[in-house]
Amino acid sequence: MSGSQLLWTLVAAAALVATAAASIAFGSRDVGLDDVLAGLGGRTEDLDAAVVPERLPRTVLAVVVGAALGLGGALLQGVTRNPLGDPALLGISSGAAFAVVVGITFFGIGGPFTTMGLATIGAAGAGAFVYAVGSLGRGGPTPLKLALSGAVTAAAFTSLVTAMVLTHPDVSHAVGLWQIGGVGGASWEQLAIAGPVLGAAGLLGLLLARPLNSLALGDDLAAGLGERVRRVRLLGSLAAVVLCGVATALAGPIAFVGLVVPHAVRLCFGSDHRWLLPISAVAGAVLLTAADVLGRVVARPAEIEVGIVTALLGAPIFIVIVRRMKARGI
Amino acid sequence: MSAIDRAVPVRPAPAPARSLARGRAARGRRRILVTAGLGLLVLVLAVVSLMVGRTFYGLDVVIPVVFGAEVDGATFTVGTLRLPRMVLGLFAGFAFGLAGVTFQTMLRNALASPDVIGITSGAGAAATFAIMVLHLSEQLTALFAITGALVVAVGIYLLSRRGGAVGTRLILIGIGVAAMLDAVIAYVTVHTGSFWDQAALMRWFTGSLNGATWSLGLPLIVGVAVLAPLLLALGRDLGLLRLGDDAASALGVRVGRTRLLAILAAVGLIAVATAATGPIAFVAFLAGPIASHLVKPGGSLLLPAAFVGAALVLAADLVGQWLLPSKLPVGVITGIIGAPYLLLLLISTNRKGATL
Repeated sequence: MSGSQLLWTLVAAAALVATAAASIAFGSRDVGLDDVLAGLGGRTEDLDAAVVPERLPRTVLAVVVGAALGLGGALLQGVTRNPLGDPALLGISSGAAFAVVVGITFFGIGGPFTTMGLATIGAAGAGAFVYAVGSLGRGGPTPLKLALSGAVTAAAFTSLVTAMVLTHPDVSHAVGLWQIGGVGGASWEQLAIAGPVLGAAGLLGLLLARPLNSLALGDDLAAGLGERVRRVRLLGSLAAVVLCGVATALAGPIAFVGLVVPHAVRLCFGSDHRWLLPISAVAGAVLLTAADVLGRVVARPAEIEVGIVTALLGAPIFIVIVRRMKARGI
Repeated sequence: MSAIDRAVPVRPAPAPARSLARGRAARGRRRILVTAGLGLLVLVLAVVSLMVGRTFYGLDVVIPVVFGAEVDGATFTVGTLRLPRMVLGLFAGFAFGLAGVTFQTMLRNALASPDVIGITSGAGAAATFAIMVLHLSEQLTALFAITGALVVAVGIYLLSRRGGAVGTRLILIGIGVAAMLDAVIAYVTVHTGSFWDQAALMRWFTGSLNGATWSLGLPLIVGVAVLAPLLLALGRDLGLLRLGDDAASALGVRVGRTRLLAILAAVGLIAVATAATGPIAFVAFLAGPIASHLVKPGGSLLLPAAFVGAALVLAADLVGQWLLPSKLPVGVITGIIGAPYLLLLLISTNRKGATL
């Protein structure tokens, strides 16, 4: 471990603690540090301290979803060897959204567990489809072809979701809010189910760090180094799809977190996946929690949904990444 | 991309001059026939949209009403409800198709249509802001939309101008800009107190002809009346630009001026159409490729694509209003029809190994 990596690890950990604390303290009503501690300790007689237990699940949800998206994005970029890997850009989130809305509208499925299952299936289907379409033809899956087939697939799913919502007004409120992407409706039951699933997928992803390093050298070289390339790619995609699908089920389609975070982490830590994957999870949690706090503070007493904030913050960084890419790489 | 590239024919061997001329004449005749056929299709769809509805009116009622005759019931239903809606759809489709094919021709890439690279989102974001936050009139909203679309067009161009491969980089940057502006549209529509105004939401998310009035359509009609002839007059020069800047200027095209005028006119068309109906999904994207499938290569695609756009919107609105068990806005229908077609286009292009 080099000195700068240690330093950046400490920075990331400190940022996570700071944003989580800010997420509990700031909102339509600001809470002092002593009240935060009192609320966490279980004393809620004071109005300010009583806010804390209300904000706690929301904070945990933002941390969990952000970590899942950061790690999922890093895995997607590693598995596809594509710098523009992002669950929303590749149509994965919209596939998850489509599956969830089909479940709600036609089968009355609303339980958290089935919702997450549906979201994962939809995410996997959309991801596989976009990757297959984007890989056809000369040059294999170039970033441009993947981004375009992702954009088209997302547009198609969005139209279908709109059609379902319009013909079933009873579900339009829930779906409409969820589609923009927010962590406001967090509950402990939801988290209790999602936590283990995300934990397992995250662990699987982290275990793939070393094989992904070999994969980055190219398929032939990785096979020469003794990696079973197809298996690594399959397991990595599985972990990424579960992470992104469940995150979408929890908070709606949130764009650009999975894209931006691994790039930022690579700047500080280099491209070793043993660092990239865990730190991307931490940095994703920081980014999403910070975006949620920002959305709560900027437009007080109203809130800006976290999906809108991440799009506004993330799209400029996406543009910078595209500008830095070599013409040949596009 | 295939559909557009095919417009530049590859001749295997030098043919005798006479058969070349004959071939060109045959292609020209075919283009005129196809264009006329498309125009007729648009006319038929327009008349059908006036006749069909909860109450059916025959031609004998519809035609007098359009020309100002007073008929009990029909004057309100056809003249006040159906006519503005039909005109709005007709002009918006025409504008989207014409502007889309202009961008595709100029950037030599069928994927570089204004709805993919964020121009439509720029117009939409400016228009939603003007209407829902500033509560401006339809005319001022159209001006706002034009400004927004122009700013986005210039911004994307400047951001992508760095080293080679401007075209592909421009598309990717446009996708990013579109995502950002769509977030702005989502914020404005959700947070301006009219969350339950389904009509407004649908208009700004997917494009819709609901709530059509003459005052909503007026800026669109004026915009198309001014900008469409300008673009159509540039059609020949735009076609020559496909040969490359040097060849075009050798053939007497004033390259810089043609390109600037065409971009301004196309951006203006997108803006007035988006301000009136919202971003009707895929119409700008699809009109050009469909038109180039119908018209043999060589010659301008502008008018055929404009007719295809108008026919798409009118047909999709008829389907969304009357052929389905429940009513859906036009943008949902074009999105559902358009997406598979687009994927086929992507697949066939990728198969052929054309450079994307």
